Parts: sequence; structure tokens; C-alpha cells
Amino acid sequence: MTQPPAPEPDATSNGHLPAKLGEERLAAPVVREGMFGVEGTPDTSGYGRLQVRRPPPLSTPRPYGGYFDTVADALGTALEVDGAAFDDAVERVVVERGELTFHVKREKLPQVADKMLHDPELRFEIFSGVSGVHYPNETGRELRAVYHLLSITHNRRVRLEVSAPDADPHVPSVTDVYPAANWHERETWDFFGIVFDGHPALTRIEMPDDWLGHPQRKDYPLGGIPVEYRGTKVPPPDERRSYS
Amino acid sequence: MTTTNPHVTGAATDSDAAEGRIYDVAGEDWDKVVIAGDEDRIADERIVVNMGPQHPSTHGVLRLILTLEGETVVEARASIGYLHTGIEKSMEFRTWTQGTTFITRADYLMPLFNEMAYVLSVERLLGIEDKIPERAQLIRVLMLELNRIASHLGGIGPFGMELGATTIFLQGLRMRENILDLFELITGLRMNHAFIRPGGVAQDLPPGGIEAIRDFLRKSPAWVHDLRTLIDANPVFRARTRGIAYMDLEGCMSLGVTGPMLRAAGLPWDLRKSQPYLGYETFEFSVPTETTCDTYGRYLVRIGEVEESLKLVEQCLDRLADRSNIADDPVMIQDAKIGWPARLSLGPDGMGPSPEHIAHIMGQSMEALIHHFKLVTEGFRVPAGQAYVPIESPKGELGCHVVSDGGTKPYRAHLRDPSFHHMQAVSMLCEGGNLADVIPAIASIDPVIGGVDR
Repeated sequence: MTQPPAPEPDATSNGHLPAKLGEERLAAPVVREGMFGVEGTPDTSGYGRLQVRRPPPLSTPRPYGGYFDTVADALGTALEVDGAAFDDAVERVVVERGELTFHVKREKLPQVADKMLHDPELRFEIFSGVSGVHYPNETGRELRAVYHLLSITHNRRVRLEVSAPDADPHVPSVTDVYPAANWHERETWDFFGIVFDGHPALTRIEMPDDWLGHPQRKDYPLGGIPVEYRGTKVPPPDERRSYS
Repeated sequence: MTTTNPHVTGAATDSDAAEGRIYDVAGEDWDKVVIAGDEDRIADERIVVNMGPQHPSTHGVLRLILTLEGETVVEARASIGYLHTGIEKSMEFRTWTQGTTFITRADYLMPLFNEMAYVLSVERLLGIEDKIPERAQLIRVLMLELNRIASHLGGIGPFGMELGATTIFLQGLRMRENILDLFELITGLRMNHAFIRPGGVAQDLPPGGIEAIRDFLRKSPAWVHDLRTLIDANPVFRARTRGIAYMDLEGCMSLGVTGPMLRAAGLPWDLRKSQPYLGYETFEFSVPTETTCDTYGRYLVRIGEVEESLKLVEQCLDRLADRSNIADDPVMIQDAKIGWPARLSLGPDGMGPSPEHIAHIMGQSMEALIHHFKLVTEGFRVPAGQAYVPIESPKGELGCHVVSDGGTKPYRAHLRDPSFHHMQAVSMLCEGGNLADVIPAIASIDPVIGGVDR
């Protein structure tokens, strides 16, 4: 008795073949080419044609696990009272390494922040801070403001992430809801140039008032001079080999 | 002072009309500057006093802009940025391990907490939180709690001096100095240790380390007792701190204030209890609280935490003693791609790879040499993503928001420093109070400008 022949692997429909798996990754935009960041010298490493691609944007489907579903449901219910929908305000939900992130549309941020603080099911009383991040390669979403919230009532944490393009670096301020955001937003403006509309006094906080540019952006150089050490010159950190 | 100077002759000039009376003071006595008959006018006027940035009572280069009506502070604004050193930007150009040498310098009174917040975030990104050796975790808790005591004493001692009591300063600094000696013995440095590294700690406790800490634990209760005897019932201290810089629970919540200030308002919120990390849930300690909401209550919370931390240090030592019979108990993750390959040791020119390790890579194994070279020059890669792991520092919630793009360097590292956050409360604490009470108010926040400005 012979075994029925194994079905032919279908190269068009079976997405699990190695060639197919790589395809998606190869479609992602190239962030950087070459190796070590060394320019002006001949490539002897053999890595000169290396291409580094951007990791794909994450999006987690339900269920999120833990208290994350409760938080998302509560936010959805609270927004519906105002006639807004959860999907309308939150672009993506990312659950990663045990942390919950809502990617909020910037125009909806004040409304979401208001619900986060005042809804009894959410009640994120403690505003832990804003942190800016600059992704120059992600066209249209270069600037990010990342908010960390803590609920003492429910002992929960959540992160809100808002993006703005470099060409229009405006994000609504949440100082009306969370007064503690005041200095954090000033710092993010100072370092990244994100304009928080509605902030009572958006001035520089760490850099001098007449400083030009926003130092934590990726297009702002670190600066530095070569240092002589034991007879050899060590270049400044941003001109050294970079293995990233 | 010259009589031809229009500003001090009392004659009204154009600039006087525009800006009010201007006095140019350059070291003279005030009663010589003020013309007779002018005192009443000055009494109703608001005076803007620029306090700092070089002021011994403001914990570093903090500048306060105070508007005074007589002795009363009408408006208090804090101006910061005088100690901004670009720690976060510099970290983006160094490897993940080198990042600890930078971030430790942020709040220099609690260097190990800065390292710990950063390292916990990096470990979460790496997904190695469960793989850190038990011994490394115990040494981390031990060092953190010693640092908590040192930080609180660095707040309480100088606070005494700011109120005019040099003895409190000396008593506080004596105990802190002993902790710094322990740090020097264990890490090689009194401050800025870079001791806690991603994957574990830089090195094991040195020979005699445990005995030295035990010796410290024997002496310290008497030192804490001395401090409490000097301060707790001291009428001058109580007069200067009770009811001063009042901020109740509602105020703390609306400004997101954490740490001793929140616990002095009656809420026993301590991340070591509520969101435990490093195995704090297995230790026995309590969270001191007060309900006075004032500077005195904050002092009591801090000195109470010093006593609790001493208990925690003792428990760490007991557990380390239980593990003393385990041969080759690692203090660094057993993952050769992340854990530093060398057992570091102190040499004549500072800390470096141990002689045995150098003998191994230089004389015995080519692969070990390549591996060492790659890990030291290139560093390890951290999967792309972001993490924020907050810990309970002596000053409140300290967290590090770390973003990786999958490379060998932090794409972005942001330290959420409690001092920075709490400096926003200066207006609330000082306005409406006396000018002299500004100093206790600032001291009750216990800010360190290294952390505020980073």
C-alpha cells in the first residue's frame, strides 16, 4: 500500500515559505546603508553594501491581556459618551513587553487625556512625564510625544504616544488636564521643537533662551573635538565608527 | 556711590517714571542708599529678588525669582537649566553599557538609582528580566538601600545647616561619609559608580565587603538616634518646619508629586510595595507615612525610611550569607552575548578586566579575544521597541524611557527625574509664605540640580 502523495507546496498561497517571509521585511524602507558609518575611506570590510531596514510598525490585536483590555474598554465607553469612537481617537494599540501603548491621534489628545484622568474606571491621576522622540525616517510621523500615566487608584500604567510631522510640529497641550505636564512640555519643545498648542508659557527650559535649534533632534549634531590620548587622536563621539 | 548718580539722588527721571524707582546698590549700607522719607514708599512696593543661581541654600545652581511684598513671597518662579550637560544626547552616541557611566551622573546624590532605572528598562527591552542572577539582584537591592540612606542624609544634614545648625550637618554627613566609604570599597568610587550594568552588576562584593557593611550596621542605629535626638523635638527646627510648605494630598495628586512628599500627605504609595521590582516583595519593611503635609512631616518620613533601609540592608546581608557556600555564584547574566566576559578587578590604574581574564584572552583562546573585542567595542544589540520602568528613588518615582531601533546604542534615553517634576511645586509651596520659609520649602522637595537639568 502506498502513501498518498504529499500535496505540492504552493508557492503562491503558502506565506510560510522562507522566501515569502523575507519579502515583507525587504519591502520595508531602508533606513541606513553601509557599515560602521565610516566615509571617505575605501571599504575593506565587505559590509559596505549592508542595508538596514526599519522595523515594521507594531499593532496588537485583541485580547491585550491583563488589565489592558479593561483600560481599552473603559476608554472606549468614556469616549462614546461624548459621541467619539475608540478607533477614531486611537490609531493603534501596542502591547509590548508587558506595557500598553495607545497611539492617539493628535487632535484627539486633550479629549483622551481628559477621559484618562476623570473617568472613574480609568482615573490615571499621576502624570509621569512627556518624552520626545525623533524618527527622521518615518515621513509624516517624525516627531513623537510619549506620555506616561499612572493610576494609583487602580495601580495601573499606560502610555500615550502622539505623532506630528516635521513640517507641522504641533501637538495640543494637556496642561489644562494635567498641570504637571507644564515643565515636561517645555522640555520637549526645547529639545525637539514640538509646539504644544495651548501651553500657558511655552519657553525654553534647559537651553538658554536665545539658543538656536533643538538639540535632541537627530539632525542636530553632538559636536565635540578630537582628543589626544597616549599619542593618538581620538575623534569626537559622533565621528567614531558606529555599529548600530 | 556718587551723588551725581540720578538713581540715588531721589530725583525723578524718565527711567524712574517708566520702571519705578531704581537703586544701584554696590556694597553700601541700605540706610545710606535709601534717602530719608523714602522708607514708606519702599514698604508698599513689590520687590523682585533674584535668588541664585549661585546660592548655597538652593541645592546647586537653582535660580529662584521671588516677588516680595515686604517679607511675604507673592510669586515664586524657579528657573533651571544652569547645569544642563546633555547626558541624554551623549548617551545616544555610546553603547548600551557605556550609558550607565553617563546616567549615573544625573542626580549625583542617588547615582545607583539612576543606573538601576536605566538598566531595568534596557533589560526589559532585551527580555532578560527573569535571567538576572539572584546574587546580582541581592547586591543591587543592598546597594540601592545604602544609597537611599546616603541620599536622605545628604538631604537632612545640609538642611540642618541651611537653618543654621552645623551640628546636624556634621552628624548627617558623618553617617553618609561612612556609606560613601562602603561604596568606594565595593565599586571603587564614592559617586558615579557605573556599577549596575545591563545583565547584572560590574563585580562581586570584594573580600571584607560584607564585614564592612555589618560593621556599618552596628554603628548606624546610634548615629540615626543622634540625629533624631538633635532634630525631632528641637524647638527651633520645629518652629521652622511645622506648617511650612504645606501641600496636601489633593495638591500632590494634581501636580503628580510622588515620594516622601506624597507619603507626608498620608498616602502610603511606594513602588517597592505597589509595583515591586528586584524582588522587593520578598523583603520585610514598612512604608513610613505622616499626615502633616508639611516640611516637618517630610523630614520624619525621610528619617523613617533611613531606619527601614537599614533593615533591608541587613536582610540582604543575611541572604548573601546564605548563598556564601554556593561555589561560583555569578553576578552577571550567563549569556555570553550580553554579559561582560571579564570579572573586573581593581588594578593599580583603576578598575579593569581581571588578570586571569587577560591571561585567558591573550594567551589561551583566540575566540575569547574576538568575543571580548566585539562586546567591548561594538556592544550588544537591543531589540527595537520602547520601555519605561519606574523605581522608587529616595525622591520619588524615577523612570527611564528607553527607545531602541535595534542597534548597539540607545536611540533615545530619557530620565524622568523626580526632582525635575517636583520643582514645579515650588510656586505652590512658597507663595504666600515668608521669604525665610523659601529655604525649608526647597529643602523639603530635596532637589538635586544634576537630576533636574541632566
